[in-house]
Amino acid sequence: MIMETEREEGRNAAEEKDVLILAVESSCDETAAAVVRNGREILSNVISSQIELHTKFGGVVPEIASRKHIEKINQVIGQALEDAGVGLSDITAVGVTYGPGLVGALLVGVAEAKAIAWAAKKPLVGVHHIEGHVSANYIEHPDLEPPFVCLIVSGGHTHLVIVKDYGEFEILGRTRDDAAGEAFDKVARAVGLGYPGGPKIDRAAKEGDPHAIEFPRARVEGSPYDFSFSGLKSAVLNYINKARMTGQEIPVADLAASFQNAVVEALVSRAVLAAKEYGYSRLAIAGGVASNSALRAAMEEACRRENLTFYSPSPVYCTDNAAMIGAAAYYEYKKGIRHGWDLNAVPNLKLGER
Amino acid sequence: MRILGIESASLTASAAVVTETVVEAEYTVNFKQTHSQTLLPMIDEIVRMLGLDMDTVDAIAVSGGPGSFTGLRIGSATAKGLGLALKKPLIHVPTLDAMAWNLYGTSALICPMMDARRQQVYTGLYRFDREFQVELASCSMDIHQLTAELNRRGERVIFLGDGVPVCRDVICRELTAPFDFAPVALSRQRAACVAALGAVYLAEGKTETAAEHKPDYLKKAQAERELEEAGRQGKLGELAAGHSVGTGEIRDAVRKGETAL
Repeated sequence: MIMETEREEGRNAAEEKDVLILAVESSCDETAAAVVRNGREILSNVISSQIELHTKFGGVVPEIASRKHIEKINQVIGQALEDAGVGLSDITAVGVTYGPGLVGALLVGVAEAKAIAWAAKKPLVGVHHIEGHVSANYIEHPDLEPPFVCLIVSGGHTHLVIVKDYGEFEILGRTRDDAAGEAFDKVARAVGLGYPGGPKIDRAAKEGDPHAIEFPRARVEGSPYDFSFSGLKSAVLNYINKARMTGQEIPVADLAASFQNAVVEALVSRAVLAAKEYGYSRLAIAGGVASNSALRAAMEEACRRENLTFYSPSPVYCTDNAAMIGAAAYYEYKKGIRHGWDLNAVPNLKLGER
Repeated sequence: MRILGIESASLTASAAVVTETVVEAEYTVNFKQTHSQTLLPMIDEIVRMLGLDMDTVDAIAVSGGPGSFTGLRIGSATAKGLGLALKKPLIHVPTLDAMAWNLYGTSALICPMMDARRQQVYTGLYRFDREFQVELASCSMDIHQLTAELNRRGERVIFLGDGVPVCRDVICRELTAPFDFAPVALSRQRAACVAALGAVYLAEGKTETAAEHKPDYLKKAQAERELEEAGRQGKLGELAAGHSVGTGEIRDAVRKGETAL
């Protein structure tokens, strides 16, 4: 039936094979929509960020994020279709993030995407947010295909995985406490840099000496690929308190650089070790923290040294966006994954679960 | 004229298709609060049962609040998605107004109430005097304040809504005006009422675009109240540094002698 309609519209054979995904993402504080062709070609990528709104509160406020999503979502989706120059009738399937994330925020995107897919009579594909982050690497690297090792670092996640196939992961390590991005936020807040912590620490660190203060590097006993950042965070907070109590000025740039260096070292060493130990020649990074300039530089350097090919998405595809959800949805769609109209938001969705 | 009605503001999940003359279909569930999983399948079910071409729907009426913040957003996002895809206008129907529509034609004052927790109800007062009239628009009110207001009016009143089981004792104890509780079949939200009242609004041209629509929560988010309090106390910096400054509610309550804190 679909083929017939398309023939009526006079399309050629090459176009008939194209899969166009309309993707929607609202898991945290960005309302985003994108149109993606065949998983790798971005026809549009619209992001409405709420960062300014949450800065006043020193972090993301779930109820405020959810309220903003509902106000913006139609404009964002409308813009994504317009930028791509397509209508809903041109879309093959609708992809949407259904977890993990803030439940109230996720629900807006899920309810909206389901209603659009239902009304437009298109299949629905629910996407794991982290799978989206991994898939951001496919957008700008046409040669990158599984298997490869991927380090996923964001405000809510720190995972070291083997991407065995599209949508198939073996988790080698994860954080035992704080996510890497969370540690950035907390330290930034403590030294008065404010929210969001990642970019602010990154900027401040450029003026500082990464070896000025030696902060501890935590290892998780018996789990060489797991991470722990709470000890580091406490050490930084103790340093700040001590300085305050003795009336010393806090060397913000040196502290930021030293803290960042400790995080970067923990991330890079484990990622490189995993690639070597498991025998993969390709290493990718993903997630909001993957836009950190020190992490990117250190990964690139380590990969060059160890003869690994390093992949990273441009910063715009590192932070939350719907283009990456469209890329992930494409491969799920090709596998035959379809979700029903009862799809719910799953705030603690595990990687690899469906 | 045909309207799709959507109701998910609190415990009730409901979908209906209504024309000038008949409720073509209505699907209402008062069971568990999993509207995200039930609402669209319910719409799908009635539309398939009717063999309905969605192009013949003129507008989508949605119960716009007050209610559970999450419940409202599920209904709202569903309506907005349908409106976007079908290119149809939305009609924002206040939840309590649609509830009052259940008791169309009564000579008594109609008082729908929804549980807003901590002795608070979302409520309003409505009357049929040849026309449907809003005497007191949707608001959040202390239950004791509501009974005092109704006693002052002294008129016969009918209560309905999920606030009734929670407030029944207080009402029976405090109300001196004559009153009734709506019978069970008329006691909760229904999408048919949302759609039927929506039809009145549609005739009056009171529609909005799917992009414009957002729920009317009636209450600010707690964080917004904290922001206001921080502004009053000159503590905006502390708030931005991630420290709670409270919402001032406890302080106000202490001042009014309402709490033993």
